[in-house]
Amino acid sequence: MNDFKALPDLAPPASTSGFIGWLRTNLFSSPLNSVVTLIVMYIMYLTFVPMFDWAIFSAVFIVDDPAACKEAGVGACWAFIGDRLNLFTYGSYPTEQIWRLDICFVLLVLSFGPQFFEAFPYKRLLGLFSLTVFPVVSFILIKGGMLGLEEVPTDRWGGLALTLIIAYVGIVAALPIGIALALGRRSEMPVIRTFCVVFIELWRGVPLISVLFMSSVMLPLFMPEGTNFDKLLRALIGITMFQSAYMAEVIRGGLQAIPKGQFEAANALGLSYWKSMRLIIMPQALKLVIPGIVNTFIALFKDTTLVLIIGLLDILATVEAQIQDPSWGKVNVEGHIFVALCFWVFCFSMSRYSQKLERKLHTGHKR
Amino acid sequence: MADPTRTTSNSSKTAIWNDPTFRSIAYQVIAVALLVWFFYFIFDNTLTNRAKSGVTTGFGFLNETAGFGILMSLIDYNETNTYGRTFVVGLMNTLLVSVMGIIAATIIGFILGVARLSHNWLVAKLATVYVETLRNIPLLLQIIFWYKILREYLPGPRQSIHLVQDSVLLNGRGLYLPQPVPESGFGIVIAAFVIAVVASVIIVRWAHKRQEATGQQFPSFLVSFGLIIFAPLAVFYGAGAPMSFEYPALKGFNVQNGLRLLPELTALWWALTMYTAAFIAEIVRAGIQGVSHGQSEAAHALGLRNAPTLRLVVIPQAMRIIIPPLTSQYLNLAKNSSLATAIGYPDLVNVFMGTTLNQTGQAVEIVAMTMAVYLTMSLLISAFMNWFNTKMALVER
Amino acid sequence: MAMENATSNELAVQLVDVNKWYGEFHVLKDINLNVSPGERIVICGPSGSGKSTMIRCINRLEEHQAGQIIVNGIELTEDLKRIDEVRREVGMCFQHFNLFPHLTVLDNCTLALIWVRKMPKAEAEKIAMHYLERVKIPEQADKFPGQLSGGQQQRVAIARSLCMNPKIMLFDEPTSALDPEMIKEVLDVMVELAEEGMTMLCVTHEMGFAKLVANRVIFMDAGQIVEENNPHEFFDNPQNDRTKMFLSQILNH
Repeated sequence: MNDFKALPDLAPPASTSGFIGWLRTNLFSSPLNSVVTLIVMYIMYLTFVPMFDWAIFSAVFIVDDPAACKEAGVGACWAFIGDRLNLFTYGSYPTEQIWRLDICFVLLVLSFGPQFFEAFPYKRLLGLFSLTVFPVVSFILIKGGMLGLEEVPTDRWGGLALTLIIAYVGIVAALPIGIALALGRRSEMPVIRTFCVVFIELWRGVPLISVLFMSSVMLPLFMPEGTNFDKLLRALIGITMFQSAYMAEVIRGGLQAIPKGQFEAANALGLSYWKSMRLIIMPQALKLVIPGIVNTFIALFKDTTLVLIIGLLDILATVEAQIQDPSWGKVNVEGHIFVALCFWVFCFSMSRYSQKLERKLHTGHKR
Repeated sequence: MADPTRTTSNSSKTAIWNDPTFRSIAYQVIAVALLVWFFYFIFDNTLTNRAKSGVTTGFGFLNETAGFGILMSLIDYNETNTYGRTFVVGLMNTLLVSVMGIIAATIIGFILGVARLSHNWLVAKLATVYVETLRNIPLLLQIIFWYKILREYLPGPRQSIHLVQDSVLLNGRGLYLPQPVPESGFGIVIAAFVIAVVASVIIVRWAHKRQEATGQQFPSFLVSFGLIIFAPLAVFYGAGAPMSFEYPALKGFNVQNGLRLLPELTALWWALTMYTAAFIAEIVRAGIQGVSHGQSEAAHALGLRNAPTLRLVVIPQAMRIIIPPLTSQYLNLAKNSSLATAIGYPDLVNVFMGTTLNQTGQAVEIVAMTMAVYLTMSLLISAFMNWFNTKMALVER
Repeated sequence: MAMENATSNELAVQLVDVNKWYGEFHVLKDINLNVSPGERIVICGPSGSGKSTMIRCINRLEEHQAGQIIVNGIELTEDLKRIDEVRREVGMCFQHFNLFPHLTVLDNCTLALIWVRKMPKAEAEKIAMHYLERVKIPEQADKFPGQLSGGQQQRVAIARSLCMNPKIMLFDEPTSALDPEMIKEVLDVMVELAEEGMTMLCVTHEMGFAKLVANRVIFMDAGQIVEENNPHEFFDNPQNDRTKMFLSQILNH
């Protein structure tokens, strides 16, 4: 038994490895599988080839004359999108003031962008900035009416800019309210707890569209006579209330995940309720629930399209209005694909990011 | 010498504003006071504003005549009915599209979820593409898209597409199916169906007992399935087919008769189904993957083949993981059906919170009633889920 | 070495030039092993050496790409019928027990009897209770696995495998996931099984068990069988350097 010879690593047999092996295991591993593969490939050929032809090969990309899109045999009319791109992005914001929206967008990217990179050192500071200074600055820039900037009324806000504004305000305003609700739901004072539970379950149990209708129609009723209630503001209030309930549940999940020992240690150190929350519990809880918050944000971003129904001109509404224009022919599908693509790119990347975060945080919190 | 360890205090109690119980009560009293003031403020303003605009408070408006038509109704309705009846019509339409959507989305979602786990790379990848695409596009966009497609590419009534030898008509106003009209003697077919169902239950029970006693297996599922499908059919033809059809036909400018499926309903149902199925697929996939691989290994080691392993070991455990988020998705689908407003399908929000509210101005009452409906749905589903979780929880130490 | 003269029909398990790859990784290299009926083999080695993979190939939980595996005269191929036959001859116990948590202990044992052997329920339950008594936990029959301790669960797992009347038992690190005070109760059951003449292949680090019961101890490293010998020789007189190094790492006296 001592004539042992170490054998070298050999390559696996050709029929089970490499490309052929991959084909055999994944596509043709059994007769049934092979038939399924062939049928699926045939169906793909029947559907994908015409689709690609329409979307890319026969498509009209950049053209000045709309008539070019109406010619026979022409595929997708992407030139229409290019023509109206400004409208889709900025709504009917006065053209000479668009630079203000551009500045806000750059600030948005600068304040949120670095959060995605792990190596960036000033995350905390940047986070505070994005939640406090940025909203004030961008509000002044976008609304105007002071500091020498011309005022732009809210009914001229539209397109992708409006979508981003609604989504941003929805999340940022919902965050503190959500934290308060989550803490209140865990409170030992029955009045506070009951109120928070009722509030949360109420908003979570009804559809967003009914909330939007409600705030559109009922808020003016609730205010003393004569208060002029901006349409966008009504929608934002409704969305914020709605979002804060979902946010509260996400944060509550984070609070529940904090081991009881943390609360006990904070108490033992003599910290008051608010101090222990602020210094010890909430930083941990918020870090845990960032994936949940990102998911809520993705859902909110998609839900901003509902403002179409109450007459606000977000990107979907703007595109819907523009595709009625007959000068470019029937551009229904192109318009919808454009909007779908905008949302998809954003939502998909955010959800990938959130999944990556979840994996990272999960390994850090092994129990 | 004073003992430094003995604290001297004049009062054995702390100051009252530091006493936790007092503070707790104080906070709550303040909170209640704030709430009461808030509601009073709103209430007062509402009454004042209402007095100015002449709108009465209360539910009396439910008995007034509605005066508007509704595109589709499961119960009899016309303009002379009351507002209260519009509520019922809208509610039934919401329930209709929700139930249709839930059934379709569950079937498609389960198929997709299993497909994502398929060994066939092509099938798995296509399922993944479907899920990742539809989940990240707003539902409203999908609803409007399908509705526009249906309206745009379907012809007018005069150029209706004829299918199935003229018995089915398809145009921009809807899909017209032949309406079955049961004639005398149809009762016997229904009786046959009921008997088939009862017989199936008996067969399943008998087969189970027999297996316990002798170990022999019986394909009870297949037999019951066949019985329920074929027995009523056989009786139907044996009795001389006692049913006639009312066929849709073009009369004047419109198609009359037949069973009409609105394009609004079709588009809404289709979009809701496809969107929710994507989420259900993920839930199913997570459920099946959540069952540890060792379970199927142990079953295989005991000699169980793939199908019995799935049936007896994997799926029972997977269902425990799947059912809670699945019921959440059902609730989401029911709530999302309210987007019907965007394309004109007469659901509860569209009919009641839309048209009726516009006409009567009774915002508070109408909003309260509508929200109460959705809240009830939510609470029922939550209660079901809690019951399910308690019943199915794995027994542990 | 009289075993080498036995014909393959008399061998319980025979591995001939077995090779296996995980993708590009060559995990089993030219494995040759003959196991006679009634023999008890203990397989040890560092993690990643392929020992679990090797025994999992024997009941086709893993597939080998080259070489032959013959169990009680039946050659293991892709043929489902052959696989079923082999799995009837072979029972397996896992490191993490893999009991079915949604079924009672009794149902865990009778599941395969009812659905594979097509036995009536009463008969299946009799057999199950018989083996539950053998592993000394008949009173737990109506409990669920989640209610039992680790040692009890592993004993149920052994009983569950024995219900199918296998000729060969495979053990994949059966005590590695147990708290120390529960290891003995499981090893006792395995020793009894060995004394009754069951053919056993056991991947384990429990060297005391090996010394007590094994006919042969096999050391595997990097996908190959490096050394095999009877326990006496193996522990007292290891031949290969790798074996010596491994033994010095795991033996703590």
